[in-house]
Amino acid sequence: MSINRRQFLRLAGVSTVLGVGGASVLSALTGKGEAVSQTTPHFTTDPKAITGKRWGFAIDVRKLKTDEEYQKCIKACNDIHNIPEFGNPKDEVKWIWKDTYEHTFPTVTEDKIMNKELKEKPFILLCNHCAQPACVRVCPTQATYKRKDGIVMQDMHRCIGCRFCMAACPFGARSFNYRDPRGKDANGMPFIKKENKEYPTRTIGVVEKCTLCYERLAVGLLPACAEASNGAIVFGDLEDPNSEVRKVIDANYTIRRKPELGTQPSIYYVIGGRE
Amino acid sequence: MLEKALIGSKRYWLWIGALLVVIGIAFIQYLHQFSYGLGITGLSRDVSWGLYIGQFTFLVGVAASAVMLVIPYYLHDFKKFGKIVILGEFLAVSAVTMCVLFIFVDMGQPMRIMNVVLHPTPNSIMFWDFIVLTGYLVLNIVIGWTTLGADRKGVHPPQWVKPLIYLSVPWAVSIHTVTAFLYAGIPGRHFWLTAIMAARFLASAFAGGPALLIILALLVRKLTKFDPGAEPIQALGKIVTYAMFANVFFLGLEFFTAFYSNIPGHMAPIEYLYTGFEGHGKLVSIMWTSSILAVLSLTLLVFPALRRNENILAVACVSMFVSLWIDKGFGLIVGGFVPNMFEGVTEYWPTTPETIITIGVWAIGFLVLTVLYKVAVAVREEGGYHD
Repeated sequence: MSINRRQFLRLAGVSTVLGVGGASVLSALTGKGEAVSQTTPHFTTDPKAITGKRWGFAIDVRKLKTDEEYQKCIKACNDIHNIPEFGNPKDEVKWIWKDTYEHTFPTVTEDKIMNKELKEKPFILLCNHCAQPACVRVCPTQATYKRKDGIVMQDMHRCIGCRFCMAACPFGARSFNYRDPRGKDANGMPFIKKENKEYPTRTIGVVEKCTLCYERLAVGLLPACAEASNGAIVFGDLEDPNSEVRKVIDANYTIRRKPELGTQPSIYYVIGGRE
Repeated sequence: MLEKALIGSKRYWLWIGALLVVIGIAFIQYLHQFSYGLGITGLSRDVSWGLYIGQFTFLVGVAASAVMLVIPYYLHDFKKFGKIVILGEFLAVSAVTMCVLFIFVDMGQPMRIMNVVLHPTPNSIMFWDFIVLTGYLVLNIVIGWTTLGADRKGVHPPQWVKPLIYLSVPWAVSIHTVTAFLYAGIPGRHFWLTAIMAARFLASAFAGGPALLIILALLVRKLTKFDPGAEPIQALGKIVTYAMFANVFFLGLEFFTAFYSNIPGHMAPIEYLYTGFEGHGKLVSIMWTSSILAVLSLTLLVFPALRRNENILAVACVSMFVSLWIDKGFGLIVGGFVPNMFEGVTEYWPTTPETIITIGVWAIGFLVLTVLYKVAVAVREEGGYHD
């Protein structure tokens, strides 16, 4: 394809205005855009990858007895996923955390009289990876979307930081990078204490949340929190009646957070039944 | 016609200069926000929208209110609005400009704004809001500029503009309905999950927008040789009165449903705003200020004898505007986030940089408004108007 200087400048100018960038200009000029994508190797799934139709958890908080056991699950996630610590609750980023029964199930705790042990029992909270996620419905760029395996994903490269998903999520599962997570505090301490080079850090001004360790499932590993939970967090395919998670749900009394909103959370909390 | 904005009195240039200074100061603050992040604001994990989105929401209403001039003039042939309908259209242009800017300053990654166009997502209300607001901006610029241009030459506006004018009527309703849907379709935010949200939005818009227009018309008369006329201002006064009564009535409906049903989740945000909730009550005083100003403005407006006095009318309109600004530009947004999703309370109050950036966006809006009004007034002063 021949092209004169004027045509080149026009093409470059238009593509810059549209924010398309240099790569696509080059491929347009060489006319090799299609060819390149065909010759490069396609993405192949790791044979070890764990696959399912709708991933979910059954969390048996009765098995989490001490604070250390909770913190072990939380820390496993934080360390792997480069969760920054900004040192104030306002800017806090969290993917998995511990909270009281009353905060976890606010709509069912209006009763003043109830089992004291349960009322004071801490719970583990994270993204519910809902089957009908409100966050996905409202996102204007499909930066948050639902995968075929049920994981509600977040594309931090596409997110424009409008925070509509944070308004929409009924579970407070989403965090916004109010500051640069790759930055340092006033004392020169990095917000990410020890960076895991295997997992990307995020940029300023995007929303993030638990991604159900999609990167670990892809190589045949269990989600980090489940692995660290000593059996308290059971992971599996909710659509598969023979999965371990379904067996736990079948054998016990479980509740989900705010089921009345119709988002169909995929995180089940075991509160009664066989130990 | 734009050249008319380049010729003005000393007072005009002083005003322009003052606005530019404010914009400059705010721009520096914005650069700070751009590098530090939205952590510079009072926003938090729990209250993730605040003053910026509140202003956006409020100003969509101001923009939509132009239709309160367009309907009587174009659909009911109410000739008296002929001279001032342009003020409504140009106010809409200014208001939508501010809306866009408020969205922009609220974004974590403003440089990615074109992602909304590159990845169009019809299931997202924000996508539709983007479309209707852009369309409304274009409609009002085209309609305003064309009709004013025709007036200047003393001829009828071209025929092709008529369908656009008719289209602008439902379009104005759409911008505020879609903006209400941003809130009214979200599960889990009790304060927003109400079918009457869009109706409330329209009622408050048709009160607040024309109230601002009355103030602007009175200012135009005072500062220029163009008199918008006493009768159109009085007609607007009636519109404002009816719309504000509808708005207060709708608010009352919210109170009834929340408190008679006695559902804690529905009552909690209202309690937080008006009485404080679990010891937190940062917004109580300003919400009551809003309520008192609403009652005051309605008292002044409901009696025709009082309303006909333009000084009293002006006081009523200023009170109403401030009242609605607090209610919709602030309380409505914060109330959706308090209590949070865990029935806990994280309070919000804008920081100084956030406030300065907000004032800066308003200053840009006033700059756009001043320039457009200067052109419109210059055409009118030259006697340019065709019935």
